[in-house]
Amino acid sequence: MAAGFKTVEPLEYYRRFLKENCRPDGRELGEFRTTTVNIGSISTADGSALVKLGNTTVICGIKAEFAAPPADAPDKGYVVPNVDLPPLCSSRFRSGPPGEEAQVASQFIADVIENSRIIQKEDLCISPGKLAWVLYCDLICLDYDGNILDACTFALLAALKNVQLPEVTINEETALAEVNLKKKSYLNIRTHPVATSFAVFDDTLLIVDPTGEEEHLATGTLTVVMDEEGKLCCLHKPGGSGLTGAKLQDCMSRAVTRHKEVKKLMDEVIKSMKPK
Amino acid sequence: MRTGYATCAQAHSAGRKRRSGLHVGSGTMEGVVAAGANAHADTGTECRSRGPGCSLRHFACEQNLLSRPDGSASFLQGDTSVLAGVYGPAEVKVSKEIFNKATLEVILRPKIGLPGVAERNRERMIRNTCEAVVLGALHPRTSITVVLQIVSDAGSLLACCLNAACMALVDAGVPMRALFCGVTCALDSDGTLVLDPTAKQEKEARAVLTFALDSVDRKLLMSTTKGLYSDAELQQCLAAAQTASQHVFRFYRDSLLRRYSKS
Repeated sequence: MAAGFKTVEPLEYYRRFLKENCRPDGRELGEFRTTTVNIGSISTADGSALVKLGNTTVICGIKAEFAAPPADAPDKGYVVPNVDLPPLCSSRFRSGPPGEEAQVASQFIADVIENSRIIQKEDLCISPGKLAWVLYCDLICLDYDGNILDACTFALLAALKNVQLPEVTINEETALAEVNLKKKSYLNIRTHPVATSFAVFDDTLLIVDPTGEEEHLATGTLTVVMDEEGKLCCLHKPGGSGLTGAKLQDCMSRAVTRHKEVKKLMDEVIKSMKPK
Repeated sequence: MRTGYATCAQAHSAGRKRRSGLHVGSGTMEGVVAAGANAHADTGTECRSRGPGCSLRHFACEQNLLSRPDGSASFLQGDTSVLAGVYGPAEVKVSKEIFNKATLEVILRPKIGLPGVAERNRERMIRNTCEAVVLGALHPRTSITVVLQIVSDAGSLLACCLNAACMALVDAGVPMRALFCGVTCALDSDGTLVLDPTAKQEKEARAVLTFALDSVDRKLLMSTTKGLYSDAELQQCLAAAQTASQHVFRFYRDSLLRRYSKS
């Protein structure tokens, strides 16, 4: 009977739960889904991470290649993110060129990388004006159940922490690059940006970590990206119902707590990897 | 500078421009019926000089300057200029129709080059902002298309696009529950706030925040930011943007009052 009601009046069904301050999957309004992270699973990539946020699964693979540095910044490398939402993850996506959602997500990840200065681009330079690293970060969603931005940001962070770049020396005589695969070093990750997404319901209620259905029923979404000092890298609110300053403040405090949770998880995973 | 204005004010009281009898009234206005001469220009008389801190650049708006779209507006902020045209409510493709409300589409064309990922991102921002204010439920299974063309970019581009879109939607007579405006703030390295920054100020700033606020209770409809900033700075910028939005809304009101008054 409940299933029938849910199909006919999904919003009303949902409101019944919200009135009791909980959600259909049993979570509180401010509770995140179970987060699991697995790093280093793709052996052919220089760095990889798989993040599961409830059912939402995103895998990030990073490949490092050589390139000439840009003409206007000869001492910088490149970080090129790309988010792919294949038809595999959800029936709403068709095969073909990236749809709007994928492009918006790619732009969001590019902004997070740029704003948070997670990597100093100067670290990616091998020889100024001649050779630099370019990191191609490919984020592929394997299962879309809402809150793709949080999962992508986390996957990117975990994968970047996992990236090992070999040492490169430029041979003076031949002017060719010599790659020493035996000697690898980790990237210098300066900050740890963590994204927290909220969905706005009926212009007043804010819930954290919306699932796919919740996102569909919501009247607006908000994503806050915070780093460890409490500085904001990104406040992404693409339209939707209005929010007052006080509500924003609540979101910030929730984002701070979430940052601590994620950082703890990350440190655990990194620690478990080290003895290799 | 006034060149004459459409006297279809009666049609506008119903909130919907009548397409057929539209230009009948204009025939009586000084005989100026050249294509596009049915324009009403209005200049914002705010904040001419930019003192340190919180003042907006000189802004101006012109409505009903294009003949084809149902509504059009050109919004100027300093040297940034955006032209917007609105078509709708019009027929929608079956694949895109929504059974209980209007389908809103936004197309943003940059000044040079083809639209890329950044434009798609901005289109989505503007579209979601418009969806929050437009009463789509009054026109189910129709489409409302907003086309924005960037004419010149000298800073605060997204805010200017939002303002142009709002004015064009009003000009088209699309029913809305509130007006919205865009305000950009820039924070430079020592924390000073500059509203409505120029392109140079944006480049040198530590953080640039763009907000869209609604006219009813100044709630935050849309926000997009670039750079690093603290929570306190965010609240400060939001408060400054809310104060600045009052100027913009007053300008909208004055502009529309002047347009539809009988004098």
